[in-house]
Amino acid sequence: MTRAMEQYLRKGLKGTAFCPGCGHGLLLGSILRAVDRLGIPQDDLLFVSGIGCAAWIPSPNIGTDTLHTLHGRAIPFATGAKLANPKLTTIIASGDGDLTSIGGNHLIHAARRDLDVTVICANNQIYGMTGGQTACTTPVGTHTATDPAGNVFRPFDVCRLVKAAGARYAARYPVTRPVELIDAIEKAIRIKGFTFVEAISPCPTQYGRRNALGDLAKLYEAVDASCVTAEEAARLGEDERRRRFVVGEVVS
Amino acid sequence: MAEPKRKERPAAQLLQGNVAAAEAAIRAGCRFFAGYPITPSSEIMVRMAELLRERGGAFMQMEDEIASICAVAGASWSGAKAMTATSGPGFSLMQEGLGYAYFTETPLVLIDVQRAGPATGQATHVAQGDVMQFRYGSHGDLFPIALVPWSVQEMYDLTIRAFNLAERFRTPVFLAADEAVGHLRENAVLHDDYEVVDRVRFGDGDPFGSADPAGVPVMPAFGDGRALMVTGSTHDPKGFRKVDDPNVHDALVTRLMRKVMDHADEIVEVDAHLLDDAEIGIVAYGISARTSIAAVKRLRAKGVKAGLLRLKTLWPFPEREIARLGERVRAIVVPELNKGMIAGVVRGCTRARVLSITQTNGKTIDPSRVVRFAEEMS
Repeated sequence: MTRAMEQYLRKGLKGTAFCPGCGHGLLLGSILRAVDRLGIPQDDLLFVSGIGCAAWIPSPNIGTDTLHTLHGRAIPFATGAKLANPKLTTIIASGDGDLTSIGGNHLIHAARRDLDVTVICANNQIYGMTGGQTACTTPVGTHTATDPAGNVFRPFDVCRLVKAAGARYAARYPVTRPVELIDAIEKAIRIKGFTFVEAISPCPTQYGRRNALGDLAKLYEAVDASCVTAEEAARLGEDERRRRFVVGEVVS
Repeated sequence: MAEPKRKERPAAQLLQGNVAAAEAAIRAGCRFFAGYPITPSSEIMVRMAELLRERGGAFMQMEDEIASICAVAGASWSGAKAMTATSGPGFSLMQEGLGYAYFTETPLVLIDVQRAGPATGQATHVAQGDVMQFRYGSHGDLFPIALVPWSVQEMYDLTIRAFNLAERFRTPVFLAADEAVGHLRENAVLHDDYEVVDRVRFGDGDPFGSADPAGVPVMPAFGDGRALMVTGSTHDPKGFRKVDDPNVHDALVTRLMRKVMDHADEIVEVDAHLLDDAEIGIVAYGISARTSIAAVKRLRAKGVKAGLLRLKTLWPFPEREIARLGERVRAIVVPELNKGMIAGVVRGCTRARVLSITQTNGKTIDPSRVVRFAEEMS
């Protein structure tokens, strides 16, 4: 983190809990840069998260009001906090398992209601903190602690899911493309209503190790290579496309 | 000079218990309600939707009970007095969120209008089967506060008291209602001569710690500029997560216990009827106390010296009051609409003989059952 962003970090922190090479640190930097650009007073910012590695992005790292809640329930907690004090710029930052599996129902209902919040989903495609179990975002064929022979179920396309539920803005970028990611987060916070940003975030400890994706440099290269634009995806065959993340603005 | 107008006490009006509770919540300062429809509590939510629209505040019908309790806790941290209402199955779903609210010292009020269980049971029929769910429903060591109304008037009075206790002790407070009281229609006065306790939001000290080991810390709200860290994980007085420190965890759990239990005298309320010379003491709560007072009157008319100790607080349990009663009577009878849940607790408080009258058919207990039981005993 550059010194310019230090004002947003909580005083008294003694380092982060993230594993070496975790993409969530990069996502934290992207979120803070977007917030900084918007110039929102820190006292008006509320970050809400659920449980899991990504729930630690705001809590305790960000030095604003933070609400670190139960597994899957960040969005309903944020719903109450936002409705009771609409002046709060309310940002929910949590993981893919938290927001789209156990919390999937809350996600689609918040989008349907057009709750004025921004949801940032750190998608590492696996349950990191509990030991690498299959998530509803795990790609077909990849290995996890609970699917050692390879996952057979289709993953959610979360951006399309929230689009169908009525999101005003939805975008997906990997943490390896911070310029686009920061722009998307900034835009999402600026738009009034329910907005959603999915950040593809590498998990070296669980996902990378179980799928033999190599050292950190190779893992980051592989993640970046798996991200294609809609135009690039259109040129790919169906099997090829299934193994890629289509990045860009899904609703804008 | 004209005489100053005397404040007139409002007249009694015919009201449903659930509606009286909603009126009370608004008068106690409730400005946020989130809930999910469930019989037999839904009238509370419907009335809250109307009242919050009229008086200002936020109402949200959530997608389920889990979301409802979480939204209520979130609203409380934004500074609002907040409430939800539910019944057995919904209450079960809320237990994790209630544990979170307890551990993060989040004031809120939950009204559970009990119906017959287990499972979906009898949705429209009365029971008192959630009495242990108030006490032990959530995991971990919790010391909750639960008040138990027996009339429409008390649906009003005790809802106001529930808000006051929630703010005073910075904790979730339950109103342990039952279907018969919730759906009862009788005269009640929506009086306004009550104290309203407001949150201590500003002051020195940390938001999750106190110099007094039974102390209630100040509770700033989101937006107050305190950069609050609220977490359901073990936390130090400032809110930093300290999950690997045994002393921090033990100190926190112990303070939360003492915060309630050291103030039990301030919380526990019972109501004694004809106990001075009683040889048979009936201990009852909720609608079963209505049954019991009728039985006491009939027994007295027959010359049997019976009296009633009515519990207005279920948790913390009125242990001392039960012990004192046990020293004076030949036997204690506990009629309740479950298989003897509170009778077991009463047995733990006294060496006196404790007899249990149980009924789980979805009906209130007829006073003649209690009369017959007491006559056979005497």
